[in-house]
Amino acid sequence: MGSNVVFYAMYNDDDVLKDGAKKLVAKGVKVADVFSPFPIHGLDPIIGLKETRLGIMAFIYGLTGLVLALIGMRYMMVTDWPMNIGGKPNFSFLENMLAFVPITFELTVLFAAHAMAITYFLVNKTIPGMPAENPDPRTTDDRFVMELRLSDNSKFSEKELEEMLMETGIVELDQKHIK
Amino acid sequence: MHKEATIREPLVLGHKTFHQVTEDVCKPIEGKAPKTWYVLFAIAAIIGVYGVGCILYLLGTGIGTWGLNKTINWAWDITNFVWWVGIGHAGTLISAVLLLFRQKWRMAINRSAEAMTIFAVFMAGLFPLIHMGRIWVAYWVMPLPNQFGSLWPNFNSPLLWDVFAISTYLSVSLVFWYIGLIPDFATIRDRAKKPVAKKIYGMLSFGWSGRAKQWSRFEMVSLILAGLATPLVFSVHSIVSFDFATSVIPGWHTTIFPPYFVAGAVFSGFAMVQTLMLVMRKAYNLEAYIHTKHIEYMNIVIMSTGSIVGIAYITELFVSWYSGVEYEAYAFINRATGPYWWAYWAMMTCNVVSPQLMWFKKLRTSLTFTFLIAIVVNIGMWFERFVIIGTTLHRDYLPSSWSMFYPTHVDIGIFVGTIGLFFVFFLLFTRYFPVLALNEVKTILKSSGQSFKDGDAKTPAFSIEEQHLADVKMKPASKTNTAGNSVEETPALDPSLIAMVGTLGVTNAEHKDNLKELTGLGDATEKKLNEIGIYTFAQLAKIDPTADLGLLTAYLGAAGNQANLLVWKTEAEEKLKNDNK
Repeated sequence: MGSNVVFYAMYNDDDVLKDGAKKLVAKGVKVADVFSPFPIHGLDPIIGLKETRLGIMAFIYGLTGLVLALIGMRYMMVTDWPMNIGGKPNFSFLENMLAFVPITFELTVLFAAHAMAITYFLVNKTIPGMPAENPDPRTTDDRFVMELRLSDNSKFSEKELEEMLMETGIVELDQKHIK
Repeated sequence: MHKEATIREPLVLGHKTFHQVTEDVCKPIEGKAPKTWYVLFAIAAIIGVYGVGCILYLLGTGIGTWGLNKTINWAWDITNFVWWVGIGHAGTLISAVLLLFRQKWRMAINRSAEAMTIFAVFMAGLFPLIHMGRIWVAYWVMPLPNQFGSLWPNFNSPLLWDVFAISTYLSVSLVFWYIGLIPDFATIRDRAKKPVAKKIYGMLSFGWSGRAKQWSRFEMVSLILAGLATPLVFSVHSIVSFDFATSVIPGWHTTIFPPYFVAGAVFSGFAMVQTLMLVMRKAYNLEAYIHTKHIEYMNIVIMSTGSIVGIAYITELFVSWYSGVEYEAYAFINRATGPYWWAYWAMMTCNVVSPQLMWFKKLRTSLTFTFLIAIVVNIGMWFERFVIIGTTLHRDYLPSSWSMFYPTHVDIGIFVGTIGLFFVFFLLFTRYFPVLALNEVKTILKSSGQSFKDGDAKTPAFSIEEQHLADVKMKPASKTNTAGNSVEETPALDPSLIAMVGTLGVTNAEHKDNLKELTGLGDATEKKLNEIGIYTFAQLAKIDPTADLGLLTAYLGAAGNQANLLVWKTEAEEKLKNDNK
């Protein structure tokens, strides 16, 4: 026993939790996760979360949409079936390009938004039918839970961690033994 | 963290705590719907069903059932289309543009405004679809390989741009809206008592847990979607205006159309938001979240976009004369003085004159007046589209083909029907969906809540009554351990602690109360409190929950954690109250 203990320390205020996390991290404790009903600004760097790379992905997806739109319209309107519209030049991509701008823009946005949303759902593991993993139903209402794992904090004993948590202004403390 | 001047009016009134926000928003979903809801829903459904009937009749019989003729080949159908798309612009403008500008007041209205957007775009999309006549070949607008020698749609046509613009706008708004809804569905899921509701909201919430990483991604995704939706919203109505502007019809052939249409769209969209919000805030008791200040902000948007629209009308009029093109000039003279003069002047009064009244603070903060103006603007913007479409077309180049437009019952039925369907959707939304962005409103509670503004609480979430109920629960073995250990140590007294005790009022040991009557206050702790000069309930009751607690916790150790201290404080207050009686 020992290494498989998880602490769920509950707070009723986001700032108290943030200060608590700051204190704990300063002492060398690793915070495994935080569950909250809304984003706590400034918490990520404290508990050591890296910034998400979804922005870069969105850019790549958008670029894909842009390139696909241009290639597609070039093929359809210039190569495959040049349409005679009032005798306007239909053989040159560049001279037709201006008319393609609106759809190119729309497809860029379409690809960037949807592909990013799908990526977001997958990496977040939020997919219809997934079970919720928040330790307490109140964490989606007005409670904030900090998760500490003993296995992450091998230099502290169970009791030390508990005492440190008690000093951070918690309202409830729950311990679980996981396998 | 976001800081806001205290002299600004709070965005959330009434000293709300996080839990109260949840309660206020979830109550209408969890409880039974009021009778009015059923009545309204029934009316909307009947009108909607009638509209669907008209659409089916139209599809079965043909476009000839509309009042269109050879000269007026677009009339109510495209008027309704543009009207609904315009209304559909406010939601994304509120949630995306105002997010980029970090306007916190958007949070009270963005959820329902976005819902309104989506339903309005549904209604808008219906019109081009049924206008195709043969709706079963609607897929021909998509660039699909086909048997006609691979004939592709015309990518140079603004009508095709419209297909892409509207469908992108609809789907991206839907995703934006739903991503914001997921955490709020999770809140409802975790509160739900009935197993069916729990199951359904569990599915809808996609298993959202509210982890720090999930929130971090959530914020990034919201920001990027806002960044994408902002140019999108401008592009959509610009493209709708290209439907007209790229033609060579006098009255349509103007370069001012894109900005003028976008401003008009925002104008009509906000008017519809006002119409819906003013009713919804009353019906769902959300006056604390959507209050006069929000209404005023929206009125200012209506006023400024209304002014842009007004300038556009006048510029258009001026240019028709200044250009020297007689056909162009005639189109405008005909609009103002021809057989449809009443439509033109209805548009001018509703859209140019009425929003100017918002310059008066008294008027723009009056809810009844706002509601009235919002309805007037909705009507005016419908007339604007009718003026642009109907009255421009009805007098062709050849006087022999001049004609008038008379709507048939199918025209009217479909238009009224879409209003019914729109309200069916919106009523269902208010009944089953969180109408307020819970997770967003909670983030501004501390910076814009009334408690913060009044300066009487640093943290509105910190409700002492709740604290009182929530005793720290621990394993029994460790509880005795920690309590025992911490009390045995005697650290040197902190001078600021002594100073703090001084502010609580000085008493001596003779007037001592039995502090052990308080929950969880043991022999050892009482002794420690007495050592620093705290003898009475009165002193404990005076403890300031923000500043002093830290000092006492430091002094008393684990036994004096904040939870315990707050319990003692509340109990001491109660005891004093009882004594006074």
